[in-house]
Amino acid sequence: MRDQTEQRMDEIMGRLLRTGVILAAAFVLAGGVVFLVRHPEPVTNYRVFQGEPEELRTVSGIFHEALALRGRGLIQLGLLILIATPIARVAFSVVAFLYQRDWTYVVVTLIVLGLLVYSLFGGGG
Amino acid sequence: MNTLEFTAVVGFGALLAGFLGALTGLGGGVVVVPLLTVAFGVDIHYAIGAALVSVIATSSGAAAAYVREGYSNVRVGMFLEIATTIGALVGTALVLHLRVSIISIIFGVVLLYSAYASLTEHEHSGGNTGPDRTATWLRMDSTYPTPNGLESYHVRGVPQGFLLMFVAGVLSGLLGIGSGAVKVLAMDKAMKLPFKVSTTTSNFMIGVTAAAGAGVYLRRGYIDPGLAMPVMLGVLAGSLIGARVLARAKVRVLRLVFSSVIAVLALEMIYNGLK
Repeated sequence: MRDQTEQRMDEIMGRLLRTGVILAAAFVLAGGVVFLVRHPEPVTNYRVFQGEPEELRTVSGIFHEALALRGRGLIQLGLLILIATPIARVAFSVVAFLYQRDWTYVVVTLIVLGLLVYSLFGGGG
Repeated sequence: MNTLEFTAVVGFGALLAGFLGALTGLGGGVVVVPLLTVAFGVDIHYAIGAALVSVIATSSGAAAAYVREGYSNVRVGMFLEIATTIGALVGTALVLHLRVSIISIIFGVVLLYSAYASLTEHEHSGGNTGPDRTATWLRMDSTYPTPNGLESYHVRGVPQGFLLMFVAGVLSGLLGIGSGAVKVLAMDKAMKLPFKVSTTTSNFMIGVTAAAGAGVYLRRGYIDPGLAMPVMLGVLAGSLIGARVLARAKVRVLRLVFSSVIAVLALEMIYNGLK
């Protein structure tokens, strides 16, 4: 059954999602402007897959590039914020279920959170 | 073509894809991949990388509005996300082992099915049946708002739903899409959730599933900033406009036309894969 707490949690969750998307879009847009101003040369060849360089593939590399205010780094940081938004939502749900003392779902959300963290930081690469 | 022109053209294409995705209910990601591969000749790895991040954007944006209305069932969503995230990780592993032509064919078939499913009218899944042991144990039964106040419903078919969700996750990780069609199928048909509950809960889950796949894509270098930037911004803007139009106009004819366009794109992908 839905009660007051659940409704309040839903509201916070909605705000969290919206903030994440707006923040991500802002970084991508800013990075895009920097990138386009600095790279007027012919377009990258996307017909053949080469993969991104190391500094645009890891969380630490992306932060480094973004802090140096490089266009591509800022875009990747925005995309990283975007990927982190649903993860933050799941993390928030863990807290919400803890608060409701719903142990089954604390475990369920922790499993999902673990899988998401694993996908971003380890294995499967 | 220089970088600025390329960005503008791709951005406009993505805007159109997001708009079509919202109007047809297919989602922007599933439309943008054939656009990038068929029209721009982009390698499918870059295409699914850019598409999957735009899926997170549209899903999270829409979910922000949905969760507050009280339709989505958070328990059902969270439980099934175990299946979709594991599936997504399996899907991303499959990308490494399947040939591009095979991925292209699977994409075309999924796209065709999704276009078909979006056109067929959703009949209401009969009178709600009694409680189910697994669902009761997992405290999934809930209520949702109707014009006559809150109505309660029971959840059924948890194992079948879980299995279908795993498939949805695999497709999401393999093709860079949200697999909304399979998710709704699982919750609508297998678990007998009220239609509005299954569509909003599905939307709520798409972002989490896509995030699992996108994490792996990022580390593998599938996500190129120069391409993902116009795609993500374009699809997001297009889907926001699409949602506005959808709320105001009767779009049955438009949907039919667009779904036909999408079916042609799907056939083109299958043809390219077979060539």
